[in-house]
Amino acid sequence: MGTELGNYKTCVSARSTNKELLKSAQDGGIVTQLFAFALDEGIIDGAIVAVSKEFALKNPSKCMAFNPTLDDLEPWRSIPAVVSTKAELFEARGTKYNISPNVSLIKEATRSFGLDKVGIVGTPCQMQAVRKLQLYPIGARDVGASIALAVGIFCMENFPYQSILQLVEDHAAMKMEAVKKMEIGKGKFWVIGKRGQVVQLPLKVTHKYEQPGCHVCLDYVANLADISTGSVGSPDGWSTVFVRSKIGDSVWAKAMAAGCFETQPIEKVKPGLELVTKLTNEKITKNKATLEGRKTFGVGKALRNPYI
Amino acid sequence: MVDKSTVGHIHMSGCTGCLVSLADNYGGLLTILDRYADLVYGLTLADVRHIPKMDVALVEGSVCINDKLSVEEIKQTREKAAVVVAVGGCACYGNITRFARGGQQNQPAHEAYLPVGDIIKVDVYIPGCAPTPQLIRNVCVMAYLLLKGTKEQKELATNYLKPLMMAAQRGTTACFCDLMTEVINQGLCMGCGSCASACPVRAITHEYGKPQGVRDLCIKCGACYNQCPRSWFSIDVVSAYEAINEAIMAALQ
Ligand SMILES: Cc1cc2nc3c(=O)[nH]c(=O)nc-3n(C[C@H](O)[C@H](O)[C@H](O)COP(=O)(O)OP(=O)(O)OC[C@H]3O[C@@H](n4cnc5c(N)ncnc54)[C@H](O)[C@@H]3O)c2cc1C
Ligand code: SF4
Ligand code: SF4
Ligand code: SF4
Repeated sequence: MGTELGNYKTCVSARSTNKELLKSAQDGGIVTQLFAFALDEGIIDGAIVAVSKEFALKNPSKCMAFNPTLDDLEPWRSIPAVVSTKAELFEARGTKYNISPNVSLIKEATRSFGLDKVGIVGTPCQMQAVRKLQLYPIGARDVGASIALAVGIFCMENFPYQSILQLVEDHAAMKMEAVKKMEIGKGKFWVIGKRGQVVQLPLKVTHKYEQPGCHVCLDYVANLADISTGSVGSPDGWSTVFVRSKIGDSVWAKAMAAGCFETQPIEKVKPGLELVTKLTNEKITKNKATLEGRKTFGVGKALRNPYI
Repeated sequence: MVDKSTVGHIHMSGCTGCLVSLADNYGGLLTILDRYADLVYGLTLADVRHIPKMDVALVEGSVCINDKLSVEEIKQTREKAAVVVAVGGCACYGNITRFARGGQQNQPAHEAYLPVGDIIKVDVYIPGCAPTPQLIRNVCVMAYLLLKGTKEQKELATNYLKPLMMAAQRGTTACFCDLMTEVINQGLCMGCGSCASACPVRAITHEYGKPQGVRDLCIKCGACYNQCPRSWFSIDVVSAYEAINEAIMAALQ
């Protein structure tokens, strides 16, 4: 096991056994299934997820760190929310390819939302943020020990909302409100319409729209999550799952015993860990080069390096 | 354990919230005092008039430069303590005392307050308003391991404390503006939301995923800047979060 994939106890290809759940899940419904199970079992009493406008309009109090008038929210804009029922979790399914500052709710979840056991889903950088605030709780009094399940999602890059708007409406010539699903896979950015139309854009087109902060990111597969998951490595409709921490191990074992997931050995599926490893190394190599370049960015002036 | 470290709590101009945070470790505090630290100085806590020699000085509050005694005591603290830790927003960055203009009874001419690091060299920062009981606890355990631990424990403690030592070297201001100048303007922000969550006065919201600060609300505590994973981040230390957490918990058993 190389270090690029982080520490893990198990790696499998998996999908939820709940057919209803899978209908609107991004991939194998791992995130939603894990939280739904953890809610049932009392492992968590709520979770921080990314929702969109429809949910926010119905449940404004669940998205309280969110400021602008909800009516002005655009379709596919992602909004962090604290949810506490299975129905709410189901509404949050699917990837929104724009920044959802989920960690902004981590303290509030334990305060006005009154949660003792918080679940949180997030990108690798958000998992780093969670672990930093557990180890160095500077503005996070009594929060660290309340984080009961941190689920990480693989992430090559994220986009500002306006970038997605540009990609969908300009490049893919589709209306945002007409989009059913967005997906990155097989070297393409896919925009799938509600009427079934499919537009694919080469990833090359998307690069200039990426969030610049992503270009110094050195984690692809959420090494610091309790459990991390993504589509890469597994067949369509399945997810690659890394079970990483002691908490992750215990939750995964219980969920498996309860029949939440069907699994296949990762060695048996195509393209498997080889592709995960390849993409991870590509990301790390590219972004290390960016960090290197920042050292000599100006004339005798470096840009900051956050890593110490 | 015989080989305890000696610790003092030095109260400068602060609200005692930092001390309350230390005390909020409850049983953990008793374990710390029982096993790792002898409290040799502390207002109302230890019956000592003059600042004695000690291993670690925990300084709360900023220094009123119009008050001779405070200036004298903070200088003595530097002389007498091997390690000076600035505890809380006021000691590290001035925090709310930056907004003092004097006029309060019974010392109306006490109007100018400086973070400890503007008067003496500070070794370690524990930022936050109030600093969290958990960070104070972690630093206490790590400081003990650094001074009295085995070789491996020393190494772990050094790595853990390094960013907090670098924060002390970095300087005496950190506020929302530092997030702008050193994270956002440097192209490093990725919209995680830690800063908004850390802010004690809710000065930060996210618009389209990016932090916006109401700078008039900001009290200059430095929590957002230091909580941000893109201000400083040690991949090695944070990756060992499970083991470190277990070591701290075991130390307090
Ligand atoms: C920006 C981004 C980039 C990604 N890049 C890759 C990649 O390169 N390779 C890969 O294999 N996988 C990537 N993923 C992960 C993948 O798209 C799926 O999210 C993941 O496989 C989980 O699918 P699921 O069916 O288990 O989750 P579901 O059950 O559908 O649940 C998804 C969960 O993620 C939350 N969520 C949605 N959008 C966001 C967001 N922007 N920020 C935080 N949480 C969110 C939802 O609220 C929901 O709880 C990326 C995800 C994001 C958000
Ligand atoms: S690429 Fe990295 S920094 Fe960007 S969203 Fe993904 S995990 Fe965060
Ligand atoms: S914005 Fe908030 S957290 Fe940041 S320094 Fe100001 S008061 Fe502190
Ligand atoms: S904590 Fe740092 S990286 Fe995260 S949103 Fe705030 S400024 Fe950006």
